[in-house]
Amino acid sequence: MSSLLFIILAEVGTGITGLAQLGAGIGAGLAAIGAGIGIGRIGGEAMGAIARQPEAGNDIRSNMIVAAALVEGVAFFAVIICALILFI
Amino acid sequence: MLKEKDDPELVLIFFLILKKKFKNKIMFEGLVKIFRLIFPAKFLIILGIFTFTIFHAQNVQAEKETTSVADKKFDLGKFVMEDVSDAFEWNIATFGKTNISIPLPVILHSETTGWNFFWSSKFKQGTAEYKNFKIAKDGENDGKIVELNNDGEVSDIPLNLSITKTVAGIIVNVLLLFWIFLTVAKSAKRNKGKAPTGIQNLMEPVILFVRDEVAKPTIGEKRYEKFLPFLLTIFFFILISNLTGLIPVFPLGANVTGNIAVTMVLALFTFVITTFSGNKHYWKDIYNPDVPLWLKFPIPLMPIVELTGVFTKPFVLMIRLFANMIAGHMIIAVFVSLIFFFATMAGNIAGYGVSVISVFFSVFMTLLDILVSFIQAYVFTLLSALYFGMATEEHHS
Repeated sequence: MSSLLFIILAEVGTGITGLAQLGAGIGAGLAAIGAGIGIGRIGGEAMGAIARQPEAGNDIRSNMIVAAALVEGVAFFAVIICALILFI
Repeated sequence: MLKEKDDPELVLIFFLILKKKFKNKIMFEGLVKIFRLIFPAKFLIILGIFTFTIFHAQNVQAEKETTSVADKKFDLGKFVMEDVSDAFEWNIATFGKTNISIPLPVILHSETTGWNFFWSSKFKQGTAEYKNFKIAKDGENDGKIVELNNDGEVSDIPLNLSITKTVAGIIVNVLLLFWIFLTVAKSAKRNKGKAPTGIQNLMEPVILFVRDEVAKPTIGEKRYEKFLPFLLTIFFFILISNLTGLIPVFPLGANVTGNIAVTMVLALFTFVITTFSGNKHYWKDIYNPDVPLWLKFPIPLMPIVELTGVFTKPFVLMIRLFANMIAGHMIIAVFVSLIFFFATMAGNIAGYGVSVISVFFSVFMTLLDILVSFIQAYVFTLLSALYFGMATEEHHS
């Protein structure tokens, strides 16, 4: 455990390039997990709602797409930050 | 349809029958339609501009490579980034060492020499220097045009109003929009009271969709007409720009909405209209919301939260459209360039093998990107309409 700490400290001391790239990668992965969970839940609830009331299917579908786009927007925000870390 | 190779006699009999029955009518009407399509002035103008740019395209030799290893290596990151970023010329194709690209006007204003206008072909793909201007290669000014003083050092950054690839793409998209919608307007006037035909039949349900499903429910029956032109313009501009960014043929194919400056301006329009059409209740809800006093008075917590909301909502609009579009373009570029990457890494056979999977995935991602284009145009318009609705809402207690 302490050796891990020493490795991280040495990395931060010399230059943060390697650690920054690791952070960016992990951040983008976490954003993908968040988007996956969020949109998966939206889709699941929408399908349940359509199953209960098939004639409301079109309305439910449009609202699902809107909500999915909004959640995906938040995930893309995190992806942009990670891309900024990597390339700027 | 019958192929000529299959059975020549059958084809001949087929065409003879066709010729006898429809000889006069269809061919004549077809010719009339083609003539009516060609002679309108705007089509001739567009055709003229197109041929002018094609003939003006520069055939530029790339720099000679120094080592053979550098010759073979394919820089995937650089290729993908160049595919989605802005450039001073419109690159059409690269065959081995030659590079065909269409130069675009460069418009600069520097402190010392005033206004300068020249074609970007003077920069010779970013290597040469012209009239003390050159495209910086590295450092903080990477990619920008910088001015050099007499010693050859960077002295200043001139004001750069050039027509770059994105700007040319915007102009092409706007001309396309004008063409489509002026035709629709003209045929709507002509078909008054009758059923719509042609391109009016394609655009009218979409326009009615934006009015009835987006504008009316969110802004309200009484006030939606003021905002409807802006909402329609935003919807179709984003939709056409997203779709033309996917078609790689020459005048289309510029990555317009994948440029954060463009989406920033669109979000800025929404922000300005929301701010200027906000009524008293809108501002009251921000600076003096109906919350318990301790959230407002010594430290204005709720007003600060509401004020950051005023700024983050257009900011998120900008980021959402930009990130969706650029992610789609980059993924397609990565899949296509995988072919060349594998070919340089593991020989040509690997390139051919990967190309099957790569083409399949590129087509799939392009289709997905078409869906995303529609969805993003709809979401941008819907959220703008929601913000206008919230800004002009009447107070109901």
